[in-house]
Amino acid sequence: MDFAVAFDAAREALPYMLGGVIWTVGLIVGAMLLGLFLGVPLAVMQVYGPWPARKLVNTHVWLFRGIPILVQMYIFYFGLLSWLSQVPLLENLGLDSPFVAAVLVLGLTSSAYQSQIFRGAIQSLPAGQLKAARALGMSDAQAIRSIILPQALRLSIPGWSNEYSILLKDSALAFSIGVVEIMARMRSVASATHEPVSMTFLAGIIFFVLTWVGVKALNMLENKVRIAGYTRQGAV
Amino acid sequence: MSAIDIEKNGDVPMLEAVNLVKTLGGNRVLDGVSLALPKGCVKVLIGPSGAGKSTLLQCLNFLLPPDAGHISLEGRRVNGGSKRELCAFRQKVGMIFQDFNLFDHLSALENVRVALIKVKGMSKLEATERALAELARVGLKDKATLYPANLSGGQKQRVAIARALAMDPKVMLLDEPTSALDPELIGEVLAVIRDLAQLGMTMIMATHQISFSASLADEFLFMDKGRIVEQGSPAELLGRGSQSRTQSFCAKISELTGVAGEACELGDIKA
Ligand SMILES: Nc1ncnc2c1ncn2[C@@H]1O[C@H](COP(=O)(O)OP(=O)(O)OP(=O)(O)O)[C@@H](O)[C@H]1O
Ligand SMILES: [Mg+2]
Repeated sequence: MDFAVAFDAAREALPYMLGGVIWTVGLIVGAMLLGLFLGVPLAVMQVYGPWPARKLVNTHVWLFRGIPILVQMYIFYFGLLSWLSQVPLLENLGLDSPFVAAVLVLGLTSSAYQSQIFRGAIQSLPAGQLKAARALGMSDAQAIRSIILPQALRLSIPGWSNEYSILLKDSALAFSIGVVEIMARMRSVASATHEPVSMTFLAGIIFFVLTWVGVKALNMLENKVRIAGYTRQGAV
Repeated sequence: MSAIDIEKNGDVPMLEAVNLVKTLGGNRVLDGVSLALPKGCVKVLIGPSGAGKSTLLQCLNFLLPPDAGHISLEGRRVNGGSKRELCAFRQKVGMIFQDFNLFDHLSALENVRVALIKVKGMSKLEATERALAELARVGLKDKATLYPANLSGGQKQRVAIARALAMDPKVMLLDEPTSALDPELIGEVLAVIRDLAQLGMTMIMATHQISFSASLADEFLFMDKGRIVEQGSPAELLGRGSQSRTQSFCAKISELTGVAGEACELGDIKA
């Protein structure tokens, strides 16, 4: 292998590959947020809900943790969404786009994982927190909103940054239904230039940088919202 | 009881519990407990570990819903099945816990203020003023911005008392408020409790601080195995020559805490 040639090819491909970053970032931001907005209520239902709600959450978690992401992508893109996009009122919503399918699949799967991060955090809080809130006359909804979740969400950030890095790598599966993210672009330049090794290497570096940036940002967030008097080692 | 009955009957208790029963994990932890707290009176709950003191106090504000029996506030029976009624009732019943249960993510000020805003619907400004006044009452105005992790145990318990008082409760339930404190920090909390009693707050307190509570209490309730087995004024139960179980229990725990005699000599017990 000629390193100079490989390097030149990689440098030439870089702008095109970086064009995929916007899709990858779109996928993970969309999926993280969808996972957050579904995961929090799912966790609350699983801890405090009546048994039918708990059963429902359990089923959701089992389903989305159990079915491989690639399989879900096919089901959503070729099945569910392409069918839904033919329903009269839903025609113009762009539901048949591979990007929408990928965000939904990654977000729903992430909501299953994130709900378990939040559930663990909620259950790790001392029971006295809820008791004290109730004793002041707060309803359970008020107590959960202003006492339980603000503490539980802080405790969830380390788990969340783990989830981010996993999601980032899972997002590469979106190329299989045609989202032109980093992996998809890597494959097409690799076959066009006959430089698969250097292109794979380049994609790896881009994913690594994205992981590093995201995890660092979440670390900073964790520091910023840390409760006074607590260190990374816990209470002082 | 109707409003007319209450008017006729001036001494309807502030808080009354009738025949409370609670079973936990197959144990009958409360086995038919009845008690009445007249307005302004202080009752002290003592008894061996596992007697059911904490369970009783938590049943009194439905943190643990009793299996049987009922509770009345100023003669009005509380419907424990209605969430709205429970929230309204709990606002009038302050509770102090052994391990403080301050909200860790909130400063002292925010701890006192949060329920004023969320539950009482006060504006932030109004709630802040009120919270600062309550913190001043327990001597902690200058600690308002500190977080629980940076407060001493005694300070935490005083913030917890301020938080409860800010809701304008009619009754206070105190569950061993000084048991988690280092000996040198107990005094500052007891002083606040004494002030409250002198202001006429209706209170029931579980405690092992026998001599302190003897000087404060109108009545001692001695609990064992889920029942109140003795009750009477501190003088009756602890005075010289008393053969009560309360007396022997107090003598035993005073020995353990190294203040033998002090509790039962009772220079200053309330007759
Ligand atoms: N959730 C529970 N499940 C089963 N048993 C329980 C539960 N909570 C309390 N108990 C039992 O109920 C009894 C009374 O407990 P409680 O905490 O009310 O006692 P206490 O008088 O407050 O004791 P202490 O002085 O140690 O605080 C104990 O025997 C305890 O083991
Ligand atoms: Mg107890």
